[in-house]
Amino acid sequence: MKNASTVLIVIVFLTIWEIGARLIDKSFILPSPIQILLKSWELKEVLLLKHLPITLLIILIGLIISIGLGTAIAIWMSSNAYVRNALYPILIASQMIPVIALAPIFVLWFGYTIWSKVAVTVLITFFPITVNTFDGLSSGNKENEELFLTMGATKKDIFLKYLVPIALPHFFSGLKVAVTLSVIGAAIGEWLGAQAGLGYFSRRMMTQFDGAGVFAPIFILTLIGISLFICVNFIENRMIRWRLKN
Amino acid sequence: MLAFDNVTFGYERSRNILDGLSFNVQSGEFISIVGASGSGKSTIFRLVTGLDEPSTGAISLAGNSNGQLLGKVGYMPQQDLLLPWRTILENACLPLEIADVKKKTAHEQVKPLLKEFGLAGTEDKYPGELSGGMKQRVAFLRAVLSGNELLLLDEPFSALDAITKLSMQEWLVNQWEKRKATVLFITHDVEEALFLSDRIFLLKNSPVTSFEEIEVPLPRPRNRSDLHRSDILQLKERLLQALREAVML
Repeated sequence: MKNASTVLIVIVFLTIWEIGARLIDKSFILPSPIQILLKSWELKEVLLLKHLPITLLIILIGLIISIGLGTAIAIWMSSNAYVRNALYPILIASQMIPVIALAPIFVLWFGYTIWSKVAVTVLITFFPITVNTFDGLSSGNKENEELFLTMGATKKDIFLKYLVPIALPHFFSGLKVAVTLSVIGAAIGEWLGAQAGLGYFSRRMMTQFDGAGVFAPIFILTLIGISLFICVNFIENRMIRWRLKN
Repeated sequence: MLAFDNVTFGYERSRNILDGLSFNVQSGEFISIVGASGSGKSTIFRLVTGLDEPSTGAISLAGNSNGQLLGKVGYMPQQDLLLPWRTILENACLPLEIADVKKKTAHEQVKPLLKEFGLAGTEDKYPGELSGGMKQRVAFLRAVLSGNELLLLDEPFSALDAITKLSMQEWLVNQWEKRKATVLFITHDVEEALFLSDRIFLLKNSPVTSFEEIEVPLPRPRNRSDLHRSDILQLKERLLQALREAVML
């Protein structure tokens, strides 16, 4: 089994954590993994039925907007040098904004609706998608494009049959980063103001000094992140099967 | 088939690469263009394929002198430039797809050709699974499928090892005879040019104002050992000498 070493490291880490937590014995500060699991089980209905759907919706809406916006900007930049020169620095600058500091503005704009959280998610996930897709669309070489031209290809042919396929692996790299960030985005969004959601629940448990209660929703958020990553990986492998053969 | 009439071309206004060049290629001919690197070979190819347009003068293809050349001439580049995400069949079908032929029709048309080109059994493989020689065959098939009788081959065998190169040359001659294609072949390998061509266009001066046109005095079908005939050896020596002089300039 090729993941044996990974599993071993995780087990060792959890064991040390378990032993450490028991020695310290202050579960409101440092709950042990077993306590967290038990708490998750105890809260399973509230967590999975009430708070999970809300957070998942934020993540999915945020990702869909990011994919749409990110690829659109990437295509626009790759098709026009003026647009590229104008937008690229702005794009980079947008990542220098401390998102967490900006998030309260979104609450002002969108109120305590789902859209203030979606906005935070979009702001931190569209960047990796845009930049990677743009790099992918720019990775074509002149020789290939000229070969297409000698076959009488139009710009649309070159885009669909050459640029899109070479950009696809880059797009997926960006998407993998984006899905992991989307979980963070949604959680931050919820901290700032929400009535429900896993991020909100975690914060509420903190005010009650319920250590295991803080970790239980984080545990589920982690699982969401991992699942999304596996999903993207699966789709990528199906779409880019040729890579294994080259 | 193809005629250059007083063609002038240069990337910068002050320095022409071609200056008033005229030549004619008959239908069904195999022509090699031989010249040292930087002598303007590639420029001629870019003009013939339509990637560049002459500053003055005219290029006519099949008697038509004011048509668009892009999409009319089959081009086989130095590297195979096969698309790694497409199977061999899909790679070969690319020019048909671009010409808006339905996928199914294209596949049906190309499948028997794969066999003819010595590519049987590779249709579902990816380029990465094929040897260099096989990939060049696919690239040649793709050029043929651009639907044109005029094929431009730009040093197609220069990246292959010596043995593969020899067998690919023989293969190419067979294909050319079978399809009655017109071939314009760029090379700097004099022996290759002598073995393959009816005529050799030798580029000597810069900017190019004319070629030295050399008829290869060999009947077909040809044999490798024909290259050792004394008149051919003399011709080879003369060509090499001319190339060497061009390099020394």
